Amino acid sequence: MSEEKKSGRKQFAAGNTLKKIMADHFYELDEAQKTGSRKIAWCTSVGPAELLRGMDFLVYFPENHGAMLGSTRMATELIPFANALGYSPDICSYLTSDIGSYLQKKTPLTTAYKIESVPKPDVLVYNTNQCRDVKDWFSWYANEFNVPIMGVHTHRDVGDIKKYQISDIAKQIEELVPGLEAVSGKRLDMDRLKEAVEYSRRTSELWRTCLESASAIPSPWNFFDASIHMGPAVVSRGTKEAVDYYELLLAELKDRVKNGVASVDGERHRIYWDGMPIWGKLRALSEQFTSLNACIVASTYCNSWIFDQLDPKDPFESMGRAYLELFIVRDEDFKEKYMKDCLDLYKFNGIIFHDAKTCPNNSNNRYSLPERFSRHFDIPQLTINGDLNDLRCYSEEQAKTNIEAFIEQLDERV
Amino acid sequence: MADKKGSIYVGVDVGASRTKAVVLDSEKRLIGHSVRKSGTDFSQTAELCLESALEMAMGSRDSVAYTVSTGYGRRNVSFSNVTRTEIGCHARGAYHYYPMAMTIIDIGGQDNKIIKLDNDGRRINFKMNRKCAAGTGAFLEEMSARLDIPLEDMDSLARESTEMVELGSFCTVFSGTEVLEKIRQGKKVPDIVKGLFFSVIKRVLEMEALSNNVVMTGGVVAHNPYLVQMVSDITGLKILTPEYPQLTGAVGAALFAMDA
Repeated sequence: MSEEKKSGRKQFAAGNTLKKIMADHFYELDEAQKTGSRKIAWCTSVGPAELLRGMDFLVYFPENHGAMLGSTRMATELIPFANALGYSPDICSYLTSDIGSYLQKKTPLTTAYKIESVPKPDVLVYNTNQCRDVKDWFSWYANEFNVPIMGVHTHRDVGDIKKYQISDIAKQIEELVPGLEAVSGKRLDMDRLKEAVEYSRRTSELWRTCLESASAIPSPWNFFDASIHMGPAVVSRGTKEAVDYYELLLAELKDRVKNGVASVDGERHRIYWDGMPIWGKLRALSEQFTSLNACIVASTYCNSWIFDQLDPKDPFESMGRAYLELFIVRDEDFKEKYMKDCLDLYKFNGIIFHDAKTCPNNSNNRYSLPERFSRHFDIPQLTINGDLNDLRCYSEEQAKTNIEAFIEQLDERV
Repeated sequence: MADKKGSIYVGVDVGASRTKAVVLDSEKRLIGHSVRKSGTDFSQTAELCLESALEMAMGSRDSVAYTVSTGYGRRNVSFSNVTRTEIGCHARGAYHYYPMAMTIIDIGGQDNKIIKLDNDGRRINFKMNRKCAAGTGAFLEEMSARLDIPLEDMDSLARESTEMVELGSFCTVFSGTEVLEKIRQGKKVPDIVKGLFFSVIKRVLEMEALSNNVVMTGGVVAHNPYLVQMVSDITGLKILTPEYPQLTGAVGAALFAMDA
């Protein structure tokens, strides 16, 4: 059976370029670690990557490694080693699986790229816009490697964004500069920073357009595709490679829309996915939804790498705004309206909330949003319990039954 | 005439604890049924259940027009024509007995379901318990073993309670520890058993708000009707139960079989 048939996904020709970008990303970091040719900064996935690129750092994203640990299903066996150090099974399983991976000297980079270990950092830079766990995660490594750690502390539960909030974040980012210069031994190159911001902005625009192509009926791709193809939007944000990649992917998506190529043949239902992917079960879930003629057309998760406000004319202020506008830091009213806008655009007829045991900030079912949304907009909703990486928190049979029953419920409404 | 070729419809509900098979005639009358422990060979158990139900219905394999299987082991039923989820089948079965908008509470061996239906029997929403088995039949089975009380005696024991013992834990294992503590304190067994029932009810009621019409189904309800009375006492609502609460899912499956 072909790989395509097995996974339930129609592959993209751009996938080969995607693989090369991801491989080159890790080879470049590995080479820099071995030769000392470039300084390496670890950065949270929605951290100030543009600033780091403007200071000539190579940037490594531990969350990307966390997702690899999840998708290769290595995470579940590695998490307990971090638990034994006092990191609770209830906190971020990216954190626990990544630290477990370090302790056990096991990384999916070895199988994928024959790379022995993740690159050692010269500095760690975080933004708490996602959660406090990223700071705790990086702090452990700062202590382990005896390297500096610095970061941005973002407001939470933000409604309408206030000017003082943007100025605060912009100022915090700007204040990272002296510390980073001390590590890199180089002055901030404003032209390179502006260039990185421009590439990030362009990447965001293209990524948004790619995602919005799923508003076509039938949708040319789905959440599972997008979860894979968002790799460059994370690890290559701020580079020309990312821009080139999404131009390539977008052309293919447009072609599919033009020719009526459906991601899921016989698309009968269009679903919105809220919350993290269950990385170790992407294939199984993709197969199930495909078999039920249901296409997950949009997700909060993949939309989280859109930074419309980036502007090279005013890099710090615009980074402040872009990193504050994220769904994850916003209040419940914003989240409900955001999802309503998605409903208008993607015309989905059901929502699935993934309640990830170890990721409260990405589990938007916990303050009655599903019930409110369903009541206000007459859209059926389902919550499934699981986790991004810790498969001990996931009951597969129960989740499958819930999904199947949910699709039956949607069938009754057709 | 149940022996006439293609004249009867079969629903099989292979639950985590028990397998149920029912036979309906073309007038939707329940003419045969059977319940067995699901055991470890779901396929074989389903076969045996079918045989018993057909015998009661005075039918044969040839007289079966269509079969729908449901439940945890629905895909293990070799003679089934099609599968449906237990959520859909419980909804269909409950609506068959009570055709109105309702909230269904199904307490099964390993999971609980709350299903809300509109006036037309369409699902508005549903919830299953999380992967934890607290509040399910498995919880009562575990506790009956701990207390060394036959499962079938629990209902009558709970009715004898004069001063219910309240248990606080979410967790089946920790509840077991709490029960041991209560025994050590000299609490009476009927009071502890009623406390266990109350614990099951609390786990279920916290899953979803109930609407006016409540129908309870499932094996735990079938064998412990005092639970139904307790839910009624706690909520102040009249609770409906089909004649055979444990067969509701299988009846729903057989009704789906009639649609084919």
